[in-house]
Amino acid sequence: MKPGQRPGQEAIAAKGRFAAFKWLILRRAVQAAVLGLFLLGPLAGLWLVKGNLASSLTLDILPLTDPYVLVQTLVTGHLPETAAVLGAVIVALFYVLVGGRAYCAWVCPVNPVTDAAHWLRDRLGLKGGMQFRRGTRYWVLAMTLVVAALTGTVAWELANPVSMVFRGLVFGMGFAWAVLAAVFLFDLFVSRRGWCGHLCPVGAFYGLLGAVSLLRVSARRRADCNDCMDCYAVCPEPQVINPALKGADQGASPVILSAQCTNCGRCIDVCSKDVFTFAARPDRREDSKTGAARDSSLRDAA
Amino acid sequence: MTTERAKKTARSRRQFLADTAKAACGVGVFGLVLGLAARQAQSLPPVALRPPGAGAEADFLGACIRCGLCVRDCPYPTLRLSNLGEDVAVGTPYFVAREYPCEMCDDIPCVAACPTGALDPKLTNIDNARMGLAVLVDEETCLNFLGLRCDVCYRVCPVIDKAITLERSGNQRTHKHAMFIPTVHSEHCTGCGKCERSCVLDKAAIRVFPVALAKGQLGAHYRLGWKEKEREGHELVPGIIDLPDRLPQMPGAGLGNPGGKP
Repeated sequence: MKPGQRPGQEAIAAKGRFAAFKWLILRRAVQAAVLGLFLLGPLAGLWLVKGNLASSLTLDILPLTDPYVLVQTLVTGHLPETAAVLGAVIVALFYVLVGGRAYCAWVCPVNPVTDAAHWLRDRLGLKGGMQFRRGTRYWVLAMTLVVAALTGTVAWELANPVSMVFRGLVFGMGFAWAVLAAVFLFDLFVSRRGWCGHLCPVGAFYGLLGAVSLLRVSARRRADCNDCMDCYAVCPEPQVINPALKGADQGASPVILSAQCTNCGRCIDVCSKDVFTFAARPDRREDSKTGAARDSSLRDAA
Repeated sequence: MTTERAKKTARSRRQFLADTAKAACGVGVFGLVLGLAARQAQSLPPVALRPPGAGAEADFLGACIRCGLCVRDCPYPTLRLSNLGEDVAVGTPYFVAREYPCEMCDDIPCVAACPTGALDPKLTNIDNARMGLAVLVDEETCLNFLGLRCDVCYRVCPVIDKAITLERSGNQRTHKHAMFIPTVHSEHCTGCGKCERSCVLDKAAIRVFPVALAKGQLGAHYRLGWKEKEREGHELVPGIIDLPDRLPQMPGAGLGNPGGKP
């Protein structure tokens, strides 16, 4: 990106407006669709899905349970019934397949809010603020489980903005909007990408699920990279890009392996050179549109 | 060279320890606040009743994942999820008897819907539910206590003549009428709240409270002589000492005026 230019301008110029926002649009559509499915019942009387993200029943047959909330009840000493366990296994397997933090990018109701906070923060040119280490979320995750064990209560659910906001939308809001506003203001004024990127234990939990996940983003055409830095600017977890995008010389895989990647696909959108693509974890193929690529198969052999 | 590296290692170790301490302390404070909030949330207000099969409040808060499936399958407007800002732990299901009581469905759909067993699936007969216990809290305003035949709480009770009975006694005001006193029996009361809901007063004289709040308990060493006698078929201590009968009292005598002297 040129100085003074917003990220993504080159991609819009090269690919057109739709292609430069394809995954973002798709992602917002999926977020809306998930919420819509849950709202069909209370608003239209069409009960395809009942419950909320903590646990739901689809078409009166398919149980889905948030594995994180189930782990919390387990550490309080409660042995859950089969329906919840089965539901949690199904959800866990799904996210092992599509990338744990795909939950954050594609389902979580807080994501559009923190994305908006980040967008506004950039637009207002706000700098500085608190900085947490990216690993802080794992501390928070551990803390929620310790508190659950000590109090015998699913304690995190008293404060969890994710479940509170979704439950609020489906069952009635109460003061849950205040929690959402707090997260928004925190991300806007206090800490850049603070909540989702550094603190949220739900994201930490799903990230751990995604440590072995199959679907990943691959910098397959990293040879074509023109160092415009747009992907770093839009990525909610920019630290995950470097090893894959710039690791060719160390023989690193072009696949983004970090569990912190949310599979949001925004890097695919904003790259005018189409460096990124979704790929399976073991798929280390590389190619190039411009022919600038070194022959990766030769290099791998060497 | 080695000292250089050793220095570097020492520095990074110091950095690591400092970072770890920072994260641990910061998150620890957060955890403390959360833990205190969790303890606070365990105090359920007495008007909030849990769905059938919920068990003790502390256990329920560890087992309920706040999914709302019980609320969805409740065919009446009884159950709801607590919103943030209410006194009940946020996201958990409850009902307020005076607003809408439990209708005691035979198939107990709320229990069937619960995915975690926070509502105990072993509860298959709704008459065994113990959501709370009805207590006639105000004898001063209860119409039956005033000598009228209101009887509404007795009539609406789904376990009529077992959970609530009308006990006859004399009317000490008129000295010629009977009083029919609504009397709750804890071994049958499910705590559904219909009595509280239908009490005709502006504010109910009979109310349903969580069992722990409503029920007394005898000391474990207590033996009720008449029950022991019934069980054994004879007195446990034969020829028990008979205390001397009191003499007739002087007119006007009482605890405040022994002997009845003016």
